[in-house]
Amino acid sequence: MVHSFVGNLGHLMIIIAFVSSASAAISYFLSSSDNPLKAGQWQLFARTSYFIHAAAVFATVFCLFHIITNYYYEYHYAWKVSDRNLSNIYKISSLWQDQEGSFLLWIFWNVVLGLVIIFTNRYWEAPVMTIFALVQAFLTSMILGVVIPGINLKIGSDPFILLRDVFHNDEIFRLNPNFVPADGTGLNPLLQNYWMAIHPPTLFLGFSTTLVPFAFCLAGLWKKRYTEWIRPALPWSLVSALALGTGILMGGYWAYETLNFGGFWNWDPVENASFVPWLTLVASYHTMISYRNSSTALKASVILIVATFILILYSTFLTRSGVLGDASVHSFTDLGLSGQLLIYLLTFLVLSVSLVIFRWKDLPKSAKEVSTYSREFWIFMGATTLCLMAFQVIVATSIPVFNEIIEFFGGIGNIAIPSDQVAFYSSKQLWFAIFLALFSGTGQFFWWKKIDKEKLKAALTYPFIITLILTGIVIIFGKVKEFSYILLLTASIYSVVANSSILIKLVKNNINLAGGAIAHIGIALMLIGILFSTGYSKVVSLNKSGFKIFADVEEEFNLENIVLFLNQSYRMEPYDLTYKGRRLDVKGIPGYVDYNNLAPTEDRTRAIALEDININGKAYAKKGDTVKIHPENVYFQVDYIDEKGRNFSLYPRIQINENMGNVASPDIKKYFAKDLYTHLNYAPYLNPEEEIEWSDPESHTVKLGERFFINDFVTILDKVERVEDVVALGLNESDLAVRASISIFGNDGTYTVEPLYVIRDRMLGRIPETLQELGIQIVFTKIHPSTNEFTFEVRTTQRDFIVLKAIQKPGINVLWTGTLVMMLGFIIAIRRRYLEFITMRNKGTELRS
Amino acid sequence: MKKSHIFLLVVIAIAVSVVISTAGDASSYVNFKTAKEMKQNGDDNMVHVVGELKKDGQGKVVGIKPSNDRLSFSFIMVDDSQQEQLVFYKEPVPADFTKSEKVVVIGNYYNETFVADKILLKCPSKYEETEIKPL
Repeated sequence: MVHSFVGNLGHLMIIIAFVSSASAAISYFLSSSDNPLKAGQWQLFARTSYFIHAAAVFATVFCLFHIITNYYYEYHYAWKVSDRNLSNIYKISSLWQDQEGSFLLWIFWNVVLGLVIIFTNRYWEAPVMTIFALVQAFLTSMILGVVIPGINLKIGSDPFILLRDVFHNDEIFRLNPNFVPADGTGLNPLLQNYWMAIHPPTLFLGFSTTLVPFAFCLAGLWKKRYTEWIRPALPWSLVSALALGTGILMGGYWAYETLNFGGFWNWDPVENASFVPWLTLVASYHTMISYRNSSTALKASVILIVATFILILYSTFLTRSGVLGDASVHSFTDLGLSGQLLIYLLTFLVLSVSLVIFRWKDLPKSAKEVSTYSREFWIFMGATTLCLMAFQVIVATSIPVFNEIIEFFGGIGNIAIPSDQVAFYSSKQLWFAIFLALFSGTGQFFWWKKIDKEKLKAALTYPFIITLILTGIVIIFGKVKEFSYILLLTASIYSVVANSSILIKLVKNNINLAGGAIAHIGIALMLIGILFSTGYSKVVSLNKSGFKIFADVEEEFNLENIVLFLNQSYRMEPYDLTYKGRRLDVKGIPGYVDYNNLAPTEDRTRAIALEDININGKAYAKKGDTVKIHPENVYFQVDYIDEKGRNFSLYPRIQINENMGNVASPDIKKYFAKDLYTHLNYAPYLNPEEEIEWSDPESHTVKLGERFFINDFVTILDKVERVEDVVALGLNESDLAVRASISIFGNDGTYTVEPLYVIRDRMLGRIPETLQELGIQIVFTKIHPSTNEFTFEVRTTQRDFIVLKAIQKPGINVLWTGTLVMMLGFIIAIRRRYLEFITMRNKGTELRS
Repeated sequence: MKKSHIFLLVVIAIAVSVVISTAGDASSYVNFKTAKEMKQNGDDNMVHVVGELKKDGQGKVVGIKPSNDRLSFSFIMVDDSQQEQLVFYKEPVPADFTKSEKVVVIGNYYNETFVADKILLKCPSKYEETEIKPL
């Protein structure tokens, strides 16, 4: 049955949301009139419009969620992003997996922020909300899904399209228009990770919050309150920098820990598109506090805030219009929205730039030249460095756009992004980072505004000496040799030391002011962590056997991977490794369960336990119980013994994904000073169609104690005896079982195989024994009483093995620690600025700058 | 000259050098013929070539050959000037490879084979990319 009601309702709600945001924009515009009578008249209407808009957006989200949670796979969106097996958390995250849903997430955050603005501001509500509502009108138009009759122009792509409308030419819908697929195609297993639940919402909250300072800034210019907008905008700039920064870093951590992109940052155009606005946002915050303290850099603040918001729109355009199509690995596919996105971008570009130009000469300017010994000078230098970093990234990231522009004017655009993006960006950003660290260290000494040469010298002496000592130690122990790395290291350590010395003073006086120093320490630690983990990461899985792993792969692959055979110990300096076999993740059971103890069933998400499953003395499943598994995730247990004799196991994963190709995920052993990052590069028999290929059986007829050869291994038939306790084998009292005991002398020790010869209900039965370590299966086929001989059939196969790569990444914990420290700094600063704003507002001095 | 003027000049100088270095490091889109000529003239920079997979009369992709261990493969690509070329890639066949409507290979010539360092796929818009399997 096609549940058309909920979809129609959802679509209607989107249309209402669009219309009400447009009406809120117009009425807030009228309400921002300086004539109090007129303003008052329109305010109620404007608020009502916005509340209707908010309600409609919440209802849209609810409808889409309802469709996904009730398995209405007649809807294209639900069918595309979810399936019946998803756990609840992923049903929620599948909401934002595709374009329409991610727009909806963005719209949702904007609605929430708009409500906060309405309830926290008095004077600013009308002008700021005018801009908010206008943005909402543009955003909701992206998911409007309405065709304008006559010219046949489709505006937006809505998430409530029925599957049959998408595949209207498909045979199945011609036969039966009411066909509903039994299950969806599912959320990409790669995204089934808790990061999927928290990374996109955080990132989109970051995108959303850049609108707030932008709206305050434009409102200030428009209402000629050139300086008053800064105070309410300040805490929001910080919130935005925190949310966007956290979102970006979460993406980096996700990539590092799960996605096996090789590192935490790959300078992919999509990553860059969110990094660039963050840089300008942080720069804008610095010029704003500079203005708050000494009336300089107002113009710079205006430019940077406008630039940040425009860059967010630009990055949206880049990632969603398809223009990056052949430059990025993870941009969205083209939804046919490029035109609409371009209009959105150009509208706000023209609107804000003309407003800034129009008001430019009225903006108060600072008369005096900034002194080199002022805090403002150093802040400004830092902000400039951030802008240059942003500039360098955006120029190269925009290469596909330049091509489009050249082609638009009839030329041939044949510039391509640099082939080695990581090397290209890192080699340049490194130098900017050195200056950034220097400025962030020195700037903090100008806390007391007036400081001259002598005082500065006195203040800098100790930090300088401490820096040199610490750097010297790190260089010696970290074996840092490259000149540029030494500079970055020195600058970063200097920043940590300088900011720490400020912090110590602040802790004694007023901890509320410590946000800046703490955030700067965090950034400097991050730089040190990045320097070591990327500059000095070292492959430890060196293949010293002299044998090639695979014939037709690059030399590098054969040198930097090792082959581990099942249960066979391998020396990888300084570890001893043993591959212990495949494991599955069973719902409700901690850790992993041996693959061989689970038998598959018709339903691929269920398996039957072949043994009791006990973990730490607690019984989780009995033999024969059906348990729920995640069949696409196969883990490979590798046991390690490190140089101090400590044991640990790592479980790198391969995700079997027929649609997207198999994906390897790393497992990481965290040490204090380094990470041991391991992942598989190959394992046989992953896909269901790749069944184990056994050789043709080879027959051996031998006497007791006779030697023979299996796979070139010396083998002896030790004994043959009757099994007394047949019931333990699952047989009846009257049945008969004979067990042969065969020793095989392998390279790594002697193995004993005990195949059974069974007579059950007078029928012959043979229970084969498999020795996975050697890839041998033995069947006890015949007893020859006349000659005292026994016949065994032997089949062989490739032994189970894995190809593993292990990389040591020193100092990565410094990066993650730095991240947390930076966030803490932001939070302290947000609290301070927010309290400041509230105090002023409650005093009725909201408009004082 | 005021200090702010000097500062401005320095910023402009850095910005200009950023643009120049980007232009210098940028790769370029070429066809196979030009790529080969560049290599023969001693230019070892990697290039981007855009094209499609070779298809037979029925629109089926032909010429994809995985290596025995399935860790690498080669395929035949037709560039925008309809020149066919054997391309080798050191990674397994990417998912959706045969469904792609456009392929970009980034790499270089080694003798007669184009060795791709990276492959980017342009898949058809999402409303065409999957088909419904009746369950």
